[in-house]
Amino acid sequence: MTLADVVQASYLAAGALFILSLMWMSDPKTARRGVAAGVAGMAAAIAGTLAQPQVRHFEWIAVAAVLGTAVGVPLSRVALTAVPQRTALSHAFGGLAAGLVGTAKYWLWLDEGVLTPFRTGAIVVEVLLGFLTLTGSLMAAGKLQEILPTRPITYKGQNLVNLSLFGIAIVAGLWLIVDPTQWLLFPLMVVLSLLFGVLLIIPIGGADMPTVISLLNSYAGLSAVAMGFVLENNVLIVAGALDGSSGLILSIIMCKAMNRSFTNVLFGAFGQVQEGAAAAEQRTVKSGAARDAADLLANAAKVVIVPGYGMAVAQAQHRVREIYDSLAKKGVEVRFAIHPVAGRMPGHMNVLLAEAEVPYEALIEMDDINPDMGQTDVVLVVGANDVVNPAARHDTKSPIYGMPIIDADKARFVIANKRSMKPGFAGVDNELYYNDNTLMVFGDAKAVLGDIAKELSGGSGMH
Amino acid sequence: MSFWSMAFVFMLATFVGLQVIKNVSRLLHTPLMSLTNAISAIAVVGAVLVAGEQHDTVSTVLGAVAVAASVTNIVSGFMITDRMLRMFREKGPRA
Repeated sequence: MTLADVVQASYLAAGALFILSLMWMSDPKTARRGVAAGVAGMAAAIAGTLAQPQVRHFEWIAVAAVLGTAVGVPLSRVALTAVPQRTALSHAFGGLAAGLVGTAKYWLWLDEGVLTPFRTGAIVVEVLLGFLTLTGSLMAAGKLQEILPTRPITYKGQNLVNLSLFGIAIVAGLWLIVDPTQWLLFPLMVVLSLLFGVLLIIPIGGADMPTVISLLNSYAGLSAVAMGFVLENNVLIVAGALDGSSGLILSIIMCKAMNRSFTNVLFGAFGQVQEGAAAAEQRTVKSGAARDAADLLANAAKVVIVPGYGMAVAQAQHRVREIYDSLAKKGVEVRFAIHPVAGRMPGHMNVLLAEAEVPYEALIEMDDINPDMGQTDVVLVVGANDVVNPAARHDTKSPIYGMPIIDADKARFVIANKRSMKPGFAGVDNELYYNDNTLMVFGDAKAVLGDIAKELSGGSGMH
Repeated sequence: MSFWSMAFVFMLATFVGLQVIKNVSRLLHTPLMSLTNAISAIAVVGAVLVAGEQHDTVSTVLGAVAVAASVTNIVSGFMITDRMLRMFREKGPRA
């Protein structure tokens, strides 16, 4: 067995371990084993690469690895509300790595005169995808961190400008494939790709970030695949394809959950301030105190809590768990209804509630809990807005019309906590709040829910 | 390696990926994304090859930056995935 065989065997093992890793993510019970498999696969692939004879100098690699670890460890300790930003940032790093390796390979091969049309083609795809993922993901991270405005920024002819820029980049790429020695086209293509990444995300609003993150995840994976074609390396193709298909599936789920198409998300500029009579119309709401809410909850047999990102912003998830605990102790059945786009990335709400030690068996997906909403006594809406707006079902003029929602309005009573009557992330007014069976409890979620929890635990001692 | 054999690997891996990811629990979609992030940092292989060859300074620097970016994703991706997964507990309400 030669060294080349050992290297290839390590890549083979890495590919298998990556697939196992994702297979074990099918169940929370085996998921941590999945991480271990992923780490083992990565270790095998790195060991195999370092053993290759053409890797002769290790100083730069070592320095870079130390630097990467120094940045990576703090990035893994961010608050769970910041996980979407961290994820976007890591897509950016993935795109950067692909773009840089592609660039380096182009200059090396140009110098050696060994640029075939196939190699150039693979490099063009890798560099285009890599650099647009880099700037696109940085923009997404900026919007999620709210350094950049979360409202979509639009101007006339925007789509035409964007598509022509990308068109020019592709023409430059095709020209390079025909004649790889036209090296001036290469920096042009890089700059256009970087610019396109920025312009692509500018018109996309905050409410669409879950889809955008998933889509960028897919691009980052595909840029790794393209790198595999450049370097003729199967493990890169396999790992990149796994990442690419994961991003694709998550984007499809996110799109379906908002009843939107890819083109609509990318070019539709969702989330602009709604114009129309509905917002200006004066309607009254019924509001009450924490005590009234606690009474309703304590006398219910079945309660469903609908959490939204606002809960996490107010750091109210631990108060929610206290309410869950005291109601469960009274024998009330409490479950959580999780909308696929609740939070700012796929599955975000589950992680936020898991951190507050809510058992995952109580976290129920929208499609599974909706049939039970008619038999639910009280729905408690915490920091969620658009995902419980009945307008999505019947108001054809509403921007969220057609989006699947949690049918909170079908329960006997609804308690909704909000800071004020300001519309949600998508900028749409919510008619649920004006219903006769809805009780609004205004105030900061953490304070209000803390009061409800106190009423509930105090009350249980006196009965 | 020929283009076609690589295209085959890509095609098969995509179908495997689609099937496997479809079975991932929806509870775990956030950790799934950070895990696939870490896995796609396999780009480190290409980065190490470029940085380790030391053909000229420019390509070495580009390769080294790519190594740093990939290692960041490997370290933070696996660590944060494990951190999140540790939080998922099955048991009912706390006593």
